[in-house]
Amino acid sequence: MGKYVGKSMKRVEDPRFIQGKGKYVANLSLPGMAHLAIKRSPHGHAKILHINTEAAKALPGVIAVYTGQDLIAGGVGAMPCGWNVPDIKVPTRYPLTIDKVRHVGDGVVAVVAETSYIAYDALDLIEVEYEPLPAVIDARKCTDAGAPLVHDDLPNNISYTWSLGNKDETLQALAEADHVVELELINQRLIPNAMEPRACVAQWGAAMEEMTVWTTSQNPHPIRLLLSAFTLGIPENKLRVISPDVGGGFGSKIFHYPEEIITPWVSRAINRPVKWVSTRSEAMMTDSQGRDHVTHCKMALKNDGTITGIYVSTWSNQGGYISTFAPLIPTALYITLLSGLYKIKGVYGEMWGTMTNTVPVDAYRGAGRPEASYLMERLVDLAARDLGMDPLDIRRKNFIPADEFPYQTPVAFLYDSGDYHKLFDKAVAMADYQGMRQAQAAARAEGRVVGVGIVGCIEASGPAPSAVAGSLGSAVGFWESGKVRVHPTGKVSVFTGSHTHGQGHETTFAQVVADELGVPIEDVEIIHGDTASVPFGMGTYGSRSASVGGSALVRSAEKIRAKVMKIAAHQLEAAEEDLMYDREAGKVHVKGSPDKAKPFAELAFAAYTAHNLPEGLEPGLEETAFYDPANFTFPNSCHVAQVEIDKETGEVTIQRYIAVDDVGKVINPLIVEGQIVGGVVQGVGQALWENGVYDESGQLLSGTFLDYTMPRADGFPTLEVGRVETPSPHNPLGVKGAGEMGTIAATAVITNAVMDALGPYGVRHLEMPLTAEKLYNALHG
Amino acid sequence: MTQISVTINGKTYTKDVEPRTLLVHFLRDHLELTGTNIGCDTSQCGACTVHLDGLAVKSCATLTVQADGAAVTTIEGLASNGQLHPMQQAFWDNHGLQCGYCTPGMIMAATKLVEGRPEISDDEIRHGLEGNICRCTGYENIVRSVKAAAAQMGGGV
Repeated sequence: MGKYVGKSMKRVEDPRFIQGKGKYVANLSLPGMAHLAIKRSPHGHAKILHINTEAAKALPGVIAVYTGQDLIAGGVGAMPCGWNVPDIKVPTRYPLTIDKVRHVGDGVVAVVAETSYIAYDALDLIEVEYEPLPAVIDARKCTDAGAPLVHDDLPNNISYTWSLGNKDETLQALAEADHVVELELINQRLIPNAMEPRACVAQWGAAMEEMTVWTTSQNPHPIRLLLSAFTLGIPENKLRVISPDVGGGFGSKIFHYPEEIITPWVSRAINRPVKWVSTRSEAMMTDSQGRDHVTHCKMALKNDGTITGIYVSTWSNQGGYISTFAPLIPTALYITLLSGLYKIKGVYGEMWGTMTNTVPVDAYRGAGRPEASYLMERLVDLAARDLGMDPLDIRRKNFIPADEFPYQTPVAFLYDSGDYHKLFDKAVAMADYQGMRQAQAAARAEGRVVGVGIVGCIEASGPAPSAVAGSLGSAVGFWESGKVRVHPTGKVSVFTGSHTHGQGHETTFAQVVADELGVPIEDVEIIHGDTASVPFGMGTYGSRSASVGGSALVRSAEKIRAKVMKIAAHQLEAAEEDLMYDREAGKVHVKGSPDKAKPFAELAFAAYTAHNLPEGLEPGLEETAFYDPANFTFPNSCHVAQVEIDKETGEVTIQRYIAVDDVGKVINPLIVEGQIVGGVVQGVGQALWENGVYDESGQLLSGTFLDYTMPRADGFPTLEVGRVETPSPHNPLGVKGAGEMGTIAATAVITNAVMDALGPYGVRHLEMPLTAEKLYNALHG
Repeated sequence: MTQISVTINGKTYTKDVEPRTLLVHFLRDHLELTGTNIGCDTSQCGACTVHLDGLAVKSCATLTVQADGAAVTTIEGLASNGQLHPMQQAFWDNHGLQCGYCTPGMIMAATKLVEGRPEISDDEIRHGLEGNICRCTGYENIVRSVKAAAAQMGGGV
């Protein structure tokens, strides 16, 4: 442990946020700025017959009105897919649709005006004549013969299929099983709802023909690449993309969105800065949504509880278009996780990516992995029930033993490290699991409806390596960049390709670099989110920032140290191997002679004066690294929950919640615990309340915060959070992802706890969300 | 256009506004006080909470003309003499924020919630903040922050 890494440190980014000085895109105001608003489809599925924009154009204060055809005529290209699985058919998508609307909220016309109020007034004056068409909304039913087609060139509404695993062994396991558990389940549609709605500001510089785009993105460089190479056509060197402070993402701000194409295009067309800010209503029907799987799954077991096979078939709802990374989520981030924490001989998954008249679906916190853990942990619980085993015992019986890591699953992944018995030992002790069970028995005897849930979940975080991702269909790499610039006075500016939108990189990465260089943390600033200053980087998603972005900074700092050592050796007239880089003291000294030393700042200054450098050594002190990890990291967790259902109302109360996670080494425990707790509460939201609902015509019924029920402060106990630590062996920090584990485990454990409570009532499975109404009906037949 | 006069963070502004102008747009777009964020437009999430004549209100559901003659405090006006308000300090000390977007509204709501209640309980805080949504923190550290600030404020403002 260094001076800072491993310590809970208050966040350096907080002062601006607590004083209302966050630099969010929507706060930006530029001289002469005009305001953009989008006319959107009220229909789930309809043909556009006619568009009349005359009245809108005539409204005083309206600058221009554009249709999808105007954009195409102005050079706008179709929106690409960044993950192309074999034989995928990606339907054509333009930023404004031109022929049909395919989901409620599909953009049809753009208006730019002097104020946002005028722009919205103008939207009401635009007449769009539609011919409503029959819609499809269900991930599986949309493939039925004769179902309406979302895209005429995609028969059966299927965009792609994918499978992985040892099918023959799995089928054999099912055939030879003592017992088979079979389950149909739905992993419902979720709406991410970062608190900051998306926004975009663009400023065209006509004199130099250059564009600056401020956008609420988790990954500004890939957005610049897509804008440049596919959609907007402005050369990358003339295009600057800035994602300043971003108010939460949870995956939904990874993707390339229509408005970040339209806004700069309009800015260039009218030669003025232009701003677009999403309303919450627009966010609910245009931000990519999450989950939405219909799954049929089977688990093969021996009578002693040994799991011998798992076979999973999933229909994954892609929505009306294929979003930027949509095909990655239900394939390489889902089926690859179907071995869970368990040693299973036969594992096989197959899936269909299907089109419906709903908002496009893409990554949402966990992204594929919660879906995998949910079905696995539901199946294991049902197996335990059928075989008369305790849910804890059946899990322990099937764990991959600690001495078998790295462990090769039948579904491609090589798990890096873990000790699942140790993980469960800690959670079981913290929970007093046996005591919980006894208390449950006593409560049941009193007629109360009490349940205990326990789950063990696996996550794959920090997707890697790039070459493998490419072979699976990725159009991008999965490395990260890091640049460390030591100034002549020894102060340090760090540029990371990662992006923080709540995760605290400005603190965590400063801890890492300060320790690596042996400088005070106050001397290190972290810069991110601006393509003009940061080397090309891949951004933040998949819990990759610490393991990939942090490792890139370690590599850069190592290069800085190596150069500093050369300068010190020269100036102290000693061989490098006789020197010691003392990171505690921030100086280089001769081994055994701490007085013969050069402080870091003095060596930095020497690098810049270049008066006395070793022969051939370049002046300056700035190093960049591009770190391409050898593998994902595999965080794992054991969560335990105790719930009680009110018989009179069906309302669930979470009485206790224990979360024990192995996220490898931890850089800042305060921040990691914040990620776990925040993730758990979000995961509980899926289990109990959240549901993106469409009616048969594709109308979004849960389009406000009143109808889409997210967790609020009320109704949660203080979580009991613990950790075990098996460092990842393949990154220099030993860290694993920490951002998504809470969400992955919470959904499964709360569902298992509620189902455990309902066991005596003969209920085997209910679909999420487990609302009071649903549970009341289950209890009262 | 209607002329209004409103005191914001101790400074009085006299301006012509369209009667339909929402207070949050007046603050953000007319005065460039962008610390007050908009999260939902429909008074569900509380990101836009400000103090209006001593009450915590959601400025996305308040017309600017309703603030005519009133005193408004926004997040920018909470610290005094370069000193963070105890609620701001407590959010920092207790990791009560992640992305920071709900934070100004949360802090403005919380300062009113704990007025006169130095020993407010966890349950009272959780219930009192039901009108403010945070998607990042899971609320736990917000509850800690508010409790710490309440004790520090000792019932004051």
